Amino acid sequence: MGAQLRVYKRRIKSITATKKITKAMEMISASRIVKAQRKVAASTPYATELTRAVTAVATGSNTTHPLTTEKDNPARAAVLLLTSDRGLAGGYSANAIKAADQLSERLRGEGKEVDTYIVGRKGVAYYGFRERKIADSWTGFTDRPDYADAKRVAAPLIEAVVKDTAEGGVDELHIVFTEFVSMMTQTPVQNRMLPLSIDEKAEESGSKGEILPLFEFEPSAEDVLDALLPRYVESRIYNALLQAAASEHAARRRAMKSATDNAGELVNDLSRLANAARQAEITQEISEIVGGSAALADAAGSDR
Amino acid sequence: MAAELHVELVAADRSVWSGEATLVIARTTSGDIGVMPGHQPLLGVLESGPVTIRTSDGGTVVAAVHGGFLSFADNKLSLLAEIAELADEIDTQRAERALERAKSDSDAAAERRADVRLRAVSAH
Repeated sequence: MGAQLRVYKRRIKSITATKKITKAMEMISASRIVKAQRKVAASTPYATELTRAVTAVATGSNTTHPLTTEKDNPARAAVLLLTSDRGLAGGYSANAIKAADQLSERLRGEGKEVDTYIVGRKGVAYYGFRERKIADSWTGFTDRPDYADAKRVAAPLIEAVVKDTAEGGVDELHIVFTEFVSMMTQTPVQNRMLPLSIDEKAEESGSKGEILPLFEFEPSAEDVLDALLPRYVESRIYNALLQAAASEHAARRRAMKSATDNAGELVNDLSRLANAARQAEITQEISEIVGGSAALADAAGSDR
Repeated sequence: MAAELHVELVAADRSVWSGEATLVIARTTSGDIGVMPGHQPLLGVLESGPVTIRTSDGGTVVAAVHGGFLSFADNKLSLLAEIAELADEIDTQRAERALERAKSDSDAAAERRADVRLRAVSAH
């Protein structure tokens, strides 16, 4: 076998092996999207009921709570950024990071300090490489988050919101994550979680026209709010984590699908080149044989 | 037929039980509370403890609830809990083992969780 043909064969073999891997990753991601979507759906009743309850308390009582009142001049904001632990998901993490950068830029423009909290190894690596400050980070669960993870993420954030700004607390809480719109579309979104704005909540629960009844609070409106708002933040973070996980799988599926397609194309092209090389080799061999025998015949003729 | 109220028992990651009931007893931070159809709109903070639901067909559903809320409006009661399990789903032996372990590790939170589970099973 000629040297060139051998090179082609080797490349085809290696690309076929890569293609098998990307194909497997594509199928794994495809099955996980469905699971992640089911989890999002399963967490929805809790989120809607909780949102209803928060709306009820916020509209039905005149209590002021650090988590609902907007400060006159907010000095510090926390940004929670959700990225993935692993790569090979196309622009998934990069897009989320870009969105967070834009948001931080805007907040800084408004004269606020920005504390960044990061979920996912990719985001941590990005900030670490650029030597930017990270207030806190969590890794290891982005592809399959559960409620305990959301609680773990929420705890220091709630603590920071409750704390006084002078002592290192924050006045606002923003979250940047990738919303799962459809299998083909996932868009990074920036949401302000705290302080809550009433209109937003009414819109979320889809109950703009609904008149909420006057509630009796057990034990008291303040206590209910105290207990309710951390849960609300946790549930919002949980929902964001689940959506981000679904988006991550969808992004990875798409990236791996195009990788598989590309590998297929490459294999096709290379096989054609390999065939041409083989054909050229054969042609060359034939012409060598023909030339050789012609030379022999000539030599025999001149001897006579 | 007696008046009914609609109950939704929802945990953070799933819907645990929903149906019609005539009486729901839950433990709030200020004591046990019973909710019957036509109750005044109510929002309360739940303690960890068993929740008893008397269904309209005469049965009883008991669930272990670990922290959460209850909200009642328009004859619809929502019980929101971070973790909620029906008594039928609870593995008694496992809960007992967990209780033992929590006691020896003096892990107060785990001990309370296991205790609530066992109480829910015995109330069932």
